[in-house]
Amino acid sequence: MKNTKYRNTQDSIFEYLFRFVGLISIALLLGIFLMLLYNSIAFFTDINPIDFISKSQWNPTNDKTKSVYGLLSLLFSTLLVTLGAMIIAVPLGIGTATFISEYASERLKKILKPAIEILAAIPSVAIGFMGIVIIGPGIANLFGLNNGLNALNGAILLAIMSLPTIITISEDALHAVPFTYKEASYGVGASKWTTTFRVTLPAAFPGIIAAVMLGMGRAIGETMTVLMATGNSIAFPNGFFDSIRTITATIAIEMGEVPYQTTHYYSLFAIALVLFIITLGVNIIAEILAKRFRKYQ
Amino acid sequence: MKKSFRQEPFIPYFILLCCTSIVCIFLLIILFHIFSKAIPVLSWEFITSQPHEGMTKGGIFPAIIGTVMLTIITTLVATPLGVASAVYLNEYATENKLNAMIRVAIRNLAGIPSIIYGLFGLALFVQTLHLGTSLMAAGLTLGLLSLPYIVTTTEEALKTVPNSMREGALALGATKFETIRDIVLPASTSGIATGVVLSLSRAAGETAPILFTGAAFYVQGIPGNITQEFMALPYHLYMLSTQHQSIETVRPLAYGTAAVLIIVVFVLNLLAIVIRNKYRNNLK
Repeated sequence: MKNTKYRNTQDSIFEYLFRFVGLISIALLLGIFLMLLYNSIAFFTDINPIDFISKSQWNPTNDKTKSVYGLLSLLFSTLLVTLGAMIIAVPLGIGTATFISEYASERLKKILKPAIEILAAIPSVAIGFMGIVIIGPGIANLFGLNNGLNALNGAILLAIMSLPTIITISEDALHAVPFTYKEASYGVGASKWTTTFRVTLPAAFPGIIAAVMLGMGRAIGETMTVLMATGNSIAFPNGFFDSIRTITATIAIEMGEVPYQTTHYYSLFAIALVLFIITLGVNIIAEILAKRFRKYQ
Repeated sequence: MKKSFRQEPFIPYFILLCCTSIVCIFLLIILFHIFSKAIPVLSWEFITSQPHEGMTKGGIFPAIIGTVMLTIITTLVATPLGVASAVYLNEYATENKLNAMIRVAIRNLAGIPSIIYGLFGLALFVQTLHLGTSLMAAGLTLGLLSLPYIVTTTEEALKTVPNSMREGALALGATKFETIRDIVLPASTSGIATGVVLSLSRAAGETAPILFTGAAFYVQGIPGNITQEFMALPYHLYMLSTQHQSIETVRPLAYGTAAVLIIVVFVLNLLAIVIRNKYRNNLK
């Protein structure tokens, strides 16, 4: 039998160890933020921040005097493709979640839920590949374009990527609405549809908005699908049929070729910082809404 | 009047049914299209031979091995850190500001775009720690990416262990650490394993974080040590479908690669489900 002193020492050593490792998440989040900030500051010593946020042209070249680092076109592309994705995914996602939660029989649920999980498990690079081989040619044929690598293609793919998130979390929110609400509604003679539309959906609303925000956060930060399916033209896009270049795609394309510790290298960290702040903002809003929803229960 | 009052309108139901069908059709088209085009390519030779003649012929063996090795490193990095972090949150942490901050940090880490993890890996592992573009740097990067998922799922698993088991051990004179090591962790092993395997299936399909931390389009032979660049299935699919000189010639190989990648991810998911079911039975 080991002596008590040894056991107590072991106990306190491990307590400190667990406490130390427990801090790793904060350290990592802070580390990522500081890394982006540090490299962005190096960028802003070369380039005026006001030029960065007000110019629409992104054209880094080897010749320093001719390089233009304007955020607007990249930011607009990111927002455009995300908006398109949400226009497709929000009605489809909420509709599907309502169907699964309120209408589907137990047997159907047992098929639908794993199907959504399978959709969530498909790697983004495979979805991007679908954009090249199916959706791209489809769009080109349908609208008589030279190629289908444009914002619309990216929006459809991002919708597919964010659907599982929106469906699963909305369904949880609908499921969490107390049954007494529905009983009260049925009790005053409302039909199933009226109950769903006027009672269950409004009660689950904050949770559904949280689901949409999380899906949107996923779409904004998605790299491979937009990189493969949107053509990556740096011209300022005019609409869904134009080729676009998002923030994520720009980082993916240019980081591989850029020389270490040049203005161009630092510029990619600066746009990553913008992306980081946007996704963090979206996630924090989602979290506040989800918390309010939990309180409401 | 009485009749119309409880009658179900058909159109709203039909709309919801349509939404669900469209989502399912997306899934079926993706799977059917990839597998129908991949079947002629998939063969024992395809998964066990080296690519040759500028990638236009041969198989994807090095990419499969690369992905497997990468996943193993990711597990070795993320599991100890993730489990220890979850043990702290569930067994030691009291409700205070710091611990609330840790939980907020974990949820936000899960929402950070994977490409930013790639940049972080590049700046920290490749450049600052001089690991170079290597299997090690990419594995560490994916390990950090998987960390928040493993912490969350492990904490869920630890929560299912009834408090009476902890109290029983403590009452018999076990220290807190002994209780965790001998009672809490063994009772939640399968729950933890489910979460780890699921997070690995995500990591195995990730491309953006390994773009500039170590993935390469072609590496002679299989990587002999972890300081070398490596081939990986998702990166291979990306390169074959967008960057190859003769994209149409290698298209069948791209379908084959996509199919193998999806199979790898599904097998890991299936494994997670098997472990989860076993776990439910054990609890009964």
